[in-house]
Amino acid sequence: MVRFILRRLLQAIPVFLGTTLLVYYMVFALPGDPIAALFGDRQPPQAVIDTLRSQYHLDEPFWVQYGLFLQNIFTFNLGNDFTGQPIAASLARVFPVTAMLALEALLIQTVFGVAFGVFAGLRRGGVFDSTVLVASLVVIAVPTFVLGFVFQLVFGVQLGWAKPTVGANADWGNLLLPATVLGLVSFAYVLRLTRASVSESMNADYVRTATAKGLSRPRVVMAHILRNSLIPVVTFLGADLGGLMGGAIVTEAIFNVPGVGNKLYQATLRTEGPTIVSIVSVLVLVFVVANLLVDLLYAWLDPRIRYDQ
Amino acid sequence: MRENNMTIPDVHVEEAGNSGVKPLLEIRDLAITFKTSTGEVQAVRNAHLTIMPGETVAIVGESGSGKSTTALAAIGLLPNNGAVTGGQILLDGEDIAHASEKRMIELRGNTIGMVPQDPMSNLNPVWKIGYQVKETLRANGRPSGPDDIAKVLEQAGLPDAHRRANQYPHEFSGGMRQRALIAIGLSCQPRLLIADEPTSALDVTVQRQILDHLDTMTTDLGTAVLLITHDLGLAAERADKVVVMYQGQVVESGPSLELLRNPRHPYTKRLVESAPSLASRRIQVAKELGVEAADLLAPTEEPAADHVLKIQDLRKVYKLRQGLGKATDFAAVDGVSFDVTRGTTTAIVGESGSGKSTVAKMVLQLEKPTEGKILFDGVDTAALKPAELFKFRRRVQPIFQDPYGSLDPMYNIFRTIEEPLRVHKIGNKASRVKKVRELLDQVSLPQSSMQRFPNELSGGQRQRVAIARALALDPEVIICDEAVSALDVLVQAQVLNLLADLQANLGLTYLFITHDLAVVRQIADHVCVMEKGKLVETGSTDDVFESPQQDYTKALLNAIPGAKLMLPPEVA
Repeated sequence: MVRFILRRLLQAIPVFLGTTLLVYYMVFALPGDPIAALFGDRQPPQAVIDTLRSQYHLDEPFWVQYGLFLQNIFTFNLGNDFTGQPIAASLARVFPVTAMLALEALLIQTVFGVAFGVFAGLRRGGVFDSTVLVASLVVIAVPTFVLGFVFQLVFGVQLGWAKPTVGANADWGNLLLPATVLGLVSFAYVLRLTRASVSESMNADYVRTATAKGLSRPRVVMAHILRNSLIPVVTFLGADLGGLMGGAIVTEAIFNVPGVGNKLYQATLRTEGPTIVSIVSVLVLVFVVANLLVDLLYAWLDPRIRYDQ
Repeated sequence: MRENNMTIPDVHVEEAGNSGVKPLLEIRDLAITFKTSTGEVQAVRNAHLTIMPGETVAIVGESGSGKSTTALAAIGLLPNNGAVTGGQILLDGEDIAHASEKRMIELRGNTIGMVPQDPMSNLNPVWKIGYQVKETLRANGRPSGPDDIAKVLEQAGLPDAHRRANQYPHEFSGGMRQRALIAIGLSCQPRLLIADEPTSALDVTVQRQILDHLDTMTTDLGTAVLLITHDLGLAAERADKVVVMYQGQVVESGPSLELLRNPRHPYTKRLVESAPSLASRRIQVAKELGVEAADLLAPTEEPAADHVLKIQDLRKVYKLRQGLGKATDFAAVDGVSFDVTRGTTTAIVGESGSGKSTVAKMVLQLEKPTEGKILFDGVDTAALKPAELFKFRRRVQPIFQDPYGSLDPMYNIFRTIEEPLRVHKIGNKASRVKKVRELLDQVSLPQSSMQRFPNELSGGQRQRVAIARALALDPEVIICDEAVSALDVLVQAQVLNLLADLQANLGLTYLFITHDLAVVRQIADHVCVMEKGKLVETGSTDDVFESPQQDYTKALLNAIPGAKLMLPPEVA
């Protein structure tokens, strides 16, 4: 097991180098001059521009810039962004907020998705099943920004159940509304996946045998249907966690959440290579760790899977 | 509930309970209907059977005869779209045909136990064996400590039960899993055990051990057994009474030996005749008695044996990885040599893991031998260049075991049979259509089936399609890997007949891989018996069957169910 984890973490190194190189290159290739953008309409003296350029190494060729970036990463000093703020400090501000948002969304989609999916799958073709199937299709079909605005208007403004925007003080309660919006699409997928998987394992021979042993229905469902059905669901959730962390741009914008998505959006507008790539690097790590967790969960759910061979 | 008051048509029903003992289970006029997308299908009609306490009763029939459905109804496990639509299932006089789920949960486990068919799919792969025993004991209110679990497993013949209980199903062999399932089925000492084809997925020798053990256990516990099987020999050997079902109806029932020796219903007669027992003679011999006699008169004309295939010292070694980069060699096939004479049938028999299928794969050039040679028409097949290999494939064709898995479900029958012709660029569209028609005629399938898809055909028809496809390229050698194992007895007999006819007409050479010695007796000229990768005995079929030299061969022959029961052949 330890060997497996080590090997997976080693595999993360080329993944990390590849993604950062790609993203760094794309930022480098973006048109527009970030220093000029910093001054807006005013024309700064040439000497100032030159100083800033060399300060941020923008006058160096691509490989040198990338090398300096890597050097920063490995010394755990991410440097400053174009407004002079240390990047590490601003990441430390935004990541906890987004992590909270993503975990809350993950919790919502897992708990409700699996529960609804099990009920729908056990009574396939019933009223509940048909209703949630149509409803989940609607959720999947409607874009997140529409859902976001509708939820904000209905629950935040008209009903007043939650604050319509989050602002500076993000906590679990404030984030409930955006987390629901963020988790809603994946909730629909988790539901459908669980439903399909449950109604398949319901017909498995071992389920019939479990019934023939004299087990009660709830025990058959919990011990023999649910656990076996969770394997595909766990795969999806693991891949989704990374998406939730990085893909919250729209939701964070609608609810004004001071998280990673917001930061990434602003940095992209300002062509701030180091900030963007720093965020991406952390997200890559999140992906790698999430997938590793999925693989470990797999082995727990299905003892036939062994990693040490 | 409609009550059926009509008298049962008399198909020599066995009247039970002539003494004071009351039957344990009595099924009367049972009707079971399935709702399908094409309407209602009546799977079982007027079924009746009686089981006395401690008695073993077997239901025999082919797939779709309603035998499993009847048994599942008795334990309340019909699929959701099935329902009892008439008749009674009396357990100790209580009608449980429409009992509540709560009542059935009370009965299951400690009054009616079940041993299911397929040991591979009936244990939940994610729970330890011990846990699966434990939950059974607990659900039926019995002590379920580690020692209780171990005791249950030990009684079912699993040694080292404490350790075994901590293993997962995938760490068990098929036979061990079936023992675990038997342990579970009998753990709460039920009065009735439903055993649905309990050993059909296992090798014959293992099958025998398991059935013996099951016999001992049920005798000790006084458990009555309802045995479901497609194998008449097995039923007759193991059961006090046999009930024959055909198309949802009980056609005949009675004491086992009596029914076997003196079948009355035409279906039972056919079943007895085609039971592939030791008594059956070679199909070809029976067919061409005259031809063979002529051959015997002129033996000198025959060239000194034309060996189309020569297998020399064949070895196949797989590396088994055992953690931390260590690997041990495992010889799946270990120094096997034999020759196959043109126009004859050579059978390779052995249990699973004996390496017989690996030999077939190497002959088909689907696996590379580690050592040794395969000479086809005197040419070493290992040295074939890609273009030559392509030609070789034309001359050697396979027929595989699973007629469900080996046909592409998206190809209709025409396309399936035409594909090899197209791949080998033989003829034009029109001539290929003509050829496919001929092939369908040869395998006795109607030409109208060309436009149908595999899922619209029965297992036997599918296997005919597989044979037609194998014949499309006019091959010289056909490798049949368990080609009839998945078929019902009667269908199996038809397909074996077809293969025999084709051999006679086309001069084909068969290499027949099978675990079923009874089939070997019917079709093979020569037998190679394999055990653990080695060839333990070879010889003509008659020699091997009449005087087996090796203990292993003897064990295999003894393990054929019903072998001892069958009468000596009085074949006309």
